[in-house]
Amino acid sequence: MTSAPKGHTVRSYDEELNQLNNYISEMGGLAEAQLAAALDALGKRNSELAAQVIVQDESIDRIEAKVDEAAVELLALRQPMADDLRQVLASLKIAQILERVGDYAANVAKRATVLNQLPQVEPARSVPRMGRLVEQMIHEVLDAYVRRDADAALAVWHRDEGVDSLYDSVFRELLTYMMEDPRNITACTHLLFIAKNIERIGDYTTNVAEIIYFLVKGVPLTEARPKADTTSFTVVNPPAS
Amino acid sequence: MAVAEKIAPGASATVYHVKKGDQGAVLDVAGFNLWYGASQALFDVSMTIERGLVTALIGPSGCGKSTLIRSFNRMNDLIENLTIAGSIVFEGADIYQSRADVIALRKRMGMVFQKPNPFPMSVFDNVGYPLRVDGVRDRRRLEETVEQALRRAALWDEVKDRLQDNALGLSGGQQQRLCIARAIAGDPEVLLMDEPCSALDPIATAKIEELIDELRGHYSIVIVTHNMQQAARVSQNTGFMYLGRLIEYGETRAMFTVPKVRQTHDYVTGRFG
Repeated sequence: MTSAPKGHTVRSYDEELNQLNNYISEMGGLAEAQLAAALDALGKRNSELAAQVIVQDESIDRIEAKVDEAAVELLALRQPMADDLRQVLASLKIAQILERVGDYAANVAKRATVLNQLPQVEPARSVPRMGRLVEQMIHEVLDAYVRRDADAALAVWHRDEGVDSLYDSVFRELLTYMMEDPRNITACTHLLFIAKNIERIGDYTTNVAEIIYFLVKGVPLTEARPKADTTSFTVVNPPAS
Repeated sequence: MAVAEKIAPGASATVYHVKKGDQGAVLDVAGFNLWYGASQALFDVSMTIERGLVTALIGPSGCGKSTLIRSFNRMNDLIENLTIAGSIVFEGADIYQSRADVIALRKRMGMVFQKPNPFPMSVFDNVGYPLRVDGVRDRRRLEETVEQALRRAALWDEVKDRLQDNALGLSGGQQQRLCIARAIAGDPEVLLMDEPCSALDPIATAKIEELIDELRGHYSIVIVTHNMQQAARVSQNTGFMYLGRLIEYGETRAMFTVPKVRQTHDYVTGRFG
């Protein structure tokens, strides 16, 4: 099935599906911007920006509600089939994920506000780097969604391994700092949660990639994703004194 | 009706991914072509109808699905200037061979039409008709068969106290189930249904669909329908026809979720015409 997609006989059906698409693009753009701003607030110790991110989160939630409403209406009134049905289902699922991404971004901003009141610790620089990588992944996965490009989605899906490795090293780095000087513990704990939030966003991005793959191909992605996050099993021993 | 010179079967273009029943095929259609006068209505249709399963035929008006289902029990024979080529094998014999017994064939393939067509006689006599034609006079046997057929058609409880009433007094949905009861009273192997629900309300439609589900396994059912959701609900295999050709024939679930041919996709998602 390679020929150009054709519109539905009922034109308003196309318009409704397009509207759903536009909501997802809009939400995705917002979620991406929220994460970028939260990382900026962290890297540049800008509490004003952080406060903005926290307030802005509501706008993502509002679009999610619109997606829910539009999807339910489409299901009830149009009885979509095949890829149309997959598009409605994908919109519902992706909207839910993007809403979570927004929540995580807001949480990063909240913790940045706290960190900005504490003396700066060294890992505060490697965490934003990890954040930029995830931000790039969101950007690319949304691009893959707009272009209905299963291969591009798959490429993003594979990149999460890099995020996991980075998280692994940030985790070790933070533990080491905490052991060196207990006064670092507050800042490092917040950074650890921030890193975890970013790592979760990376995981969610792979979920979006899987949804795009199913949307385009009509079959689920069955390959097992390579995982490099080993922190659940990590033990770091304090240096012998 | 004329049988055309055997034409060489062209490369059949049908994309084929049917669900095979565990009882084999009941009908085997091979390179079947049909002309009404000079205009060709069916082009090189090849398909098997799996025994005990429900097969749905879908496609836009004029695509040949009714012509095809009517070819299965030679209902098209009455049309003048009809020419066919290819074969339809039912139980090991080509039904279009000259020595085929058309009456016997139609007894083994019950047919239900778009509009309910009960005979202007009592409910009992309608259902008992196929047996009467066969010369059955035994009252007990008639009563047993009629009751069983009405029960199978999920109509018994509604008509058991009015078996002697005229069938034309029943509601549309009841009349259609009566026609199904009549079709199965003769114990056919195949049940052909040409748009059986298009004149019925949603409740009667749901009852017929439930009935199709009940009858599956016991009979092989072929249903022509314009209602794609209905095809999706009741059948195991679906054939999509367009301009006299069988474009794609496959497992219903795949036909409505991941069709393999662009035309099927456009039709089931509402992008046709």
